[in-house]
Amino acid sequence: MTIRQLSVFLENKTGHLNQILSVLAKNNINIIALTVADSSDYGILRAIVSDPEKALEALRSEQFTVRVHDILSLEMDAAPGSMSHILDLFTAADICIEYVYAFSFGSKSILIIRTDNCDKAVEVIKANGLKSIREAELR
Amino acid sequence: MIWNKDIECMGRDAMRALQSERLIKLVQQVYANVAFYRRRMDEMGVKPSDIQSIDDIVKLPFTYKTDLRDNYPFNLFAVPMKDIVRVHASSGTTGKPTTVGYTKNDIENWREVLARCLTMAGISNEDVMQISYGYGLFTGGLGVHYGAENVGCAVIPISGGNTRRQLQLMSDFGSTVLACTPSYALHLADALAEYGYSLADMKLKIGVFGAEPWTENMRLELEKKWGIKAYDIYGLSEIMGPGVANDCEAHTGLHVHEDHFYPEIVHPDSKLPLADGTEGELVFTTLTKEGIPLLRYNTRDLSTLTRDTCECGRTLVRMKKITGRSDDMLIIRGVNLFPSQIEHVLLEMGETSAHYMLYVDNVNNLDTLELQVEMDETKLTDTIRELQDLSKKISHALNSAIGLSVKVTLVEPKTIARSEGKAVRVVDRRKK
Repeated sequence: MTIRQLSVFLENKTGHLNQILSVLAKNNINIIALTVADSSDYGILRAIVSDPEKALEALRSEQFTVRVHDILSLEMDAAPGSMSHILDLFTAADICIEYVYAFSFGSKSILIIRTDNCDKAVEVIKANGLKSIREAELR
Repeated sequence: MIWNKDIECMGRDAMRALQSERLIKLVQQVYANVAFYRRRMDEMGVKPSDIQSIDDIVKLPFTYKTDLRDNYPFNLFAVPMKDIVRVHASSGTTGKPTTVGYTKNDIENWREVLARCLTMAGISNEDVMQISYGYGLFTGGLGVHYGAENVGCAVIPISGGNTRRQLQLMSDFGSTVLACTPSYALHLADALAEYGYSLADMKLKIGVFGAEPWTENMRLELEKKWGIKAYDIYGLSEIMGPGVANDCEAHTGLHVHEDHFYPEIVHPDSKLPLADGTEGELVFTTLTKEGIPLLRYNTRDLSTLTRDTCECGRTLVRMKKITGRSDDMLIIRGVNLFPSQIEHVLLEMGETSAHYMLYVDNVNNLDTLELQVEMDETKLTDTIRELQDLSKKISHALNSAIGLSVKVTLVEPKTIARSEGKAVRVVDRRKK
């Protein structure tokens, strides 16, 4: 139900994002999905990558501040209204969304979702038979 | 005008006799009543009977800020609490403030020295005095307040902050004197137009500024911006609060009320007394203080002394305007701040590393603080909100510990320069 996501602390400096990307490139790590959350002083790069463990090690050895978090991942129908339907279920269960992003992998549409109550979110996913994605499916 | 001509224009010999008489009594009093000083003097092999004149002051032990902290809250008081009528405190370096206590006589002497200071600045009972120093535990507000009442001014105890209200009352009440920190006076001057005022709306003619070091250039700038005469009032809570010294219209140094506060200059390293005219650490002995008398308190302020007669007619010894310190203490909006206080808060919280850099700036003439602190990787989350909560938490903790607002910025680990030897923790970008 969850996959591993890299979170990298990003200071607002020119070229900083690319420094991280070049470390991943050098280590032959593929980026499957990427998003950056920003505030005025810093940001957090969130990425789903082909080899999270290797990425963690490589970035750490280059002095980046990085952690790996488990994050909920769901497969959506590639049809209008499917994401809205999932969010309706969360709202009905009074679960707040902290952040969300979506991407396509092959023919699949994937939703990454962070809520304020992970246990409750898992219950909703199970009760409604929502389809989750495993890391192995993203290789 | 001179408030107390007998003292302020006293001949050198008569002043020395008065100081000698007061020092002898002071030493007997602290030896009998303050365990800390009795122990110090015993360790040095000095007896009260060794003190026969003011020249013997060099035999006495020094007192440092750490001694006040170590004896928190009242262990340096020389009288029982029933004789204390007021307590003031300043922020401390390890969470404990520095506490001082005053007897009725101390308050009376404070009123006296302040009346001398204000008179020296040309203030009289004709004046309306707006006191924009903070009132409360800080000595600035209440200290100047009592002195201004003694002179007979119409006192407006507005305290600090609220620029709009400061300017409104200054205009409506026709304040002729403003007492505050020099940086706040500059801030108010620059805010005039913004709030729809001009100098024509104000009757201000004199400024009594202090509680932070400021240069002669800044004094001239304030005089020009406000169209006033600006004076420097010096003091520190450990010795009394504002009113230890003040400059006269000659502006050739600040007259020290040496019948109450005996000044010495010592070498920053050897602590040996230095001759007049040589720069060193300024040290005060409180000749008349009853609540918390201090022997040779080292202010760590750098200054020089001059003992010739001033063109204003006063013979009181003059100290050069303070422009620096021999330690790393910062003065931010009149509040004393040691970098170690920041470190203490960070270590106590344990949410970040203790590697930080403090940036001091001056924005619109108000001092601002930005703390850059290195993230702890284990505290990294995947949401911005949690990182912002962490910054806010640090900011609140600092605010309650040091009484100043600090902008906290999280930076990546190992990005703050490590220095070999003495760590550089502060970048002061305020113009001197």
